[in-house]
Amino acid sequence: MPIKVLVAKPGLDGHDRGAKVVAMALRDAGMEVIYTGLRQTPSSIADAALQEDVDIIGLSILSGAHNRLCKKVLDAMKERNIENKPVFLGGIIPEEDYENLKSMGIVDIFGPGTSLELIAKRIKEIVKK
Amino acid sequence: MLKNNFLEVAKKISVIENNHSKAKEIIDGLPEKSYFVVGITGSPGVGKSSLTNIIAMKFLEKGKTAVLAIDPSSPFTGGAFLGDRIRMKDSASKGVFIRSLASRGSVGGLNPSIYDTVEFLGRSGFEYIILETVGTGQAETDIKNIADVIVLVLSPGNGDEIQSMKAGIMEIGDIYVVNKMDLPGAKSLYAKVKSILELSNKNNEVLLTGMAYKETIYDLFDKINIELGKKTHRNSVKNKREINRLLNVVLKEINDNCLNCESLEIIYKFIREDLNEGKKS
Ligand SMILES: Nc1nc2c(ncn2[C@@H]2O[C@H](COP(=O)(O)OP(=O)(O)O)[C@@H](O)[C@H]2O)c(=O)[nH]1
Ligand SMILES: [Mg+2]
Repeated sequence: MPIKVLVAKPGLDGHDRGAKVVAMALRDAGMEVIYTGLRQTPSSIADAALQEDVDIIGLSILSGAHNRLCKKVLDAMKERNIENKPVFLGGIIPEEDYENLKSMGIVDIFGPGTSLELIAKRIKEIVKK
Repeated sequence: MLKNNFLEVAKKISVIENNHSKAKEIIDGLPEKSYFVVGITGSPGVGKSSLTNIIAMKFLEKGKTAVLAIDPSSPFTGGAFLGDRIRMKDSASKGVFIRSLASRGSVGGLNPSIYDTVEFLGRSGFEYIILETVGTGQAETDIKNIADVIVLVLSPGNGDEIQSMKAGIMEIGDIYVVNKMDLPGAKSLYAKVKSILELSNKNNEVLLTGMAYKETIYDLFDKINIELGKKTHRNSVKNKREINRLLNVVLKEINDNCLNCESLEIIYKFIREDLNEGKKS
């Protein structure tokens, strides 16, 4: 069965080109990608992850508010009893924040230079499907 | 908003999608219920998800409502881009259950487990189920077998609308909608649709809708309900849906127990086409 991924953009930053490129690349890697578009609230992301029963969730954050937003998404997932679904992060994330994010529960972080092949490969490893 | 129930429903849909013998167990374990299925179909980009968003909220005022949004899988990689939720934020936040499904290359054009998934949602208490599908090729056959009412959506400037009329997709609608009425070309497309239907002696409703004119979409909602109220028609759809669901179960079961089943697929296709012919009149 294909891996199901939710690609979501929490927060208010204005464009989703990067997230869409990743979504398309994952589709081309054989995954079923649910794409929710711009300006999602943490609770709507968690609702989508729950209803779509995805294997893994990718968040794209460019606004700098990654620490706060990731926490809110993870909390919303906990509230819904879906905290077992892995969450990865992409976007512009300073390295000094990696540790904090990972201790929060983010499984992996992909900076701007990461190749699309590597992202797909890592997702397959994480989901092990 | 019954979030916990949504979690259980969501997980079971995955089981149904991936394992048909478990699907049978799950469905047989639930009591039969009556429910309505509305098909919203048309080419990509005409505004199906935007319309579904509003229609689903209206249905939610009447009872539990679910949306299944089906998009094609790539025949080469098996992957799919499922973007319908982008336009369904409002209904999602109000409590409509939304699930995106990839077509996964089925015989009929929709997701092979669609009959089971719809029946499961119905038995789980969803009174209104909206199916959004890209109306091409074989998917038409499936949606005809499942939906109580089919809304065919067209829009100006989409290029392929005339193409779809030629390809016979104009046959399948119960209600015809020309969306994006704010765009130039909407009125002339509306006139064209009307004249095509008249030529084939059909007197279906043709509506102009636009996101900026909510009342036009509420009007569509009313017309859908009038169609759903036509009881005799509904019974025949309900039977057809159940026969097709059971046919699918049989096919999958046989498939599991024999090595070369290509001929079965062909026989199955014939049976289904026959079934459709029989019900047409
Ligand atoms: N101008 C105009 N654009 C619309 C209208 N309804 C939908 N759209 C736009 O058409 C595009 C496709 O809409 P969507 O609902 O995703 O179409 P679908 O692919 O058929 O589901 C989006 O950019 C919508 O904002 C309308 O009434 N007028
Ligand atoms: Mg759509």
